[in-house]
Amino acid sequence: MPDKNPVPNEIPQLLVHEKADNVGVVVVEGLTAGTDMLCCITHDNSTFRLTAKHDVPIGHKIALTDLKSGDTATKYGEDIGKIIADIGQGEHVHTQNCKTKRW
Amino acid sequence: MASKYSNITVQGYRRENGRVGVRNHVIILPVDDISNAACEAVANNVKGTMAIPHAYGRLQFGEDLDIHFRTIIGTGANANVAAVVVIGIEPGWTKKIADGIRLTGKPVAEFSIEQKGDFETIRAASWAAKEFVHHATELQREECSINELWISTKCGESDTTTGLGSCPTVGNMYDKLLPEGITGFFGETSEITGAEHICQKRAINEEVGERWHKMWKAYQDDVIFAHQTDDLSDSQPTKGNIEGGLTTIEEKALGNLEKIGRTSQFIDILEPAEAPGKGNGLYFMDSSSAAAECVTLMAAGGAVIHTFPTGQGNVVGNPIVPVIKITANPRTVRTMSEHVDVDVSGILRREQTIDEAGDALIEMIRRTANGRNTAAEALGHREFSMTKLYRSA
Repeated sequence: MPDKNPVPNEIPQLLVHEKADNVGVVVVEGLTAGTDMLCCITHDNSTFRLTAKHDVPIGHKIALTDLKSGDTATKYGEDIGKIIADIGQGEHVHTQNCKTKRW
Repeated sequence: MASKYSNITVQGYRRENGRVGVRNHVIILPVDDISNAACEAVANNVKGTMAIPHAYGRLQFGEDLDIHFRTIIGTGANANVAAVVVIGIEPGWTKKIADGIRLTGKPVAEFSIEQKGDFETIRAASWAAKEFVHHATELQREECSINELWISTKCGESDTTTGLGSCPTVGNMYDKLLPEGITGFFGETSEITGAEHICQKRAINEEVGERWHKMWKAYQDDVIFAHQTDDLSDSQPTKGNIEGGLTTIEEKALGNLEKIGRTSQFIDILEPAEAPGKGNGLYFMDSSSAAAECVTLMAAGGAVIHTFPTGQGNVVGNPIVPVIKITANPRTVRTMSEHVDVDVSGILRREQTIDEAGDALIEMIRRTANGRNTAAEALGHREFSMTKLYRSA
């Protein structure tokens, strides 16, 4: 599977596991609001662009589309929990707006 | 079928029972907490030995006692251990543990403290320990196949980079080495919650899958929900996980399960600290997700090398098993590199493939087996934590 840098000389700021996912992971330190991010789907190495709406720490998630309270967060192509507050595309997704369905 | 991994050899210690170890420890093993002081005194007297103090061993009963015995006997029986001095407060349980370790054929000496006191026990045990050091230091490493290694995995202080990089690196290693004939261990029962449907399908057949699901469900019902006082979101995921960007147990579990790769299947389920009984292959060990407890149980099951992916930087080690730390998080590499053995942060920059990272880990396993001390060994991390099921009598 091709999984090397799809855009020469440019390091992606956001990685997404699967095409079906609606969240991606920030993989650089010091990402600031307004950054035009290079986003890479690791499954097939396809890329797209997305503007970050918040300063988001490395490892934290960003919404790929507008998400509504009650929606399901999808990562690895799987259900990782429920959205509990509306989130705009490019905004930070974490414990303030996403929660487990298990306990 | 021969692959480029088939001919990898390591210089290991072949023990009396045929098992291959990668370290050559002489350990001074307490049966119980109140024998720790005598064991530490012996280890102080005789250089080249190591005491393994721990917290329990008195008035335990039932399944809790079974796990205690399995853990202590398994630690002594581990192929990384050349010889064992066992010390307990009384002779009964001391003999039970010494006899359990003797089944491997390695040198074992036992001492009990009652009616002698610490001084006399330490004196006699020191003589035995000294003889064992002479014995162990004359043993030679010999060429062994990499497929003779028993390799465990458990991740810690996970974040989203572990699911993207360090866990798939371990998974890639298993996908390559399990077909060669190694024995593997994974576990962390509570931490599969959210990925249990995927894990069950990775069983070798339906019967094993159903037994796995029953075990996982029993843990949910008997431990998690029976003792739950509120939302577990502060404990699983941990504060460190949340700082690293993991939001839910489901997200954490899906990343965790990346450690068994794309093709690997598990052939059986082990009780905590139980040794595999069905030949080479991958085993699921019912175990806590707490790092030191889990590594201790897998070492007692017989693993001689542990592969440990970390995101935020768990620093755990083990007294008898080298723990190889793998991280993909560039901030962790930058801020705590003294703990990192394999840096796979290139995966996040798309400069390194998972296949290349898997090969880098296999190379580090080979070097570690040959004698390279891991970061945790160099830094003196020897965490040995007993799994306790319930209050003692």
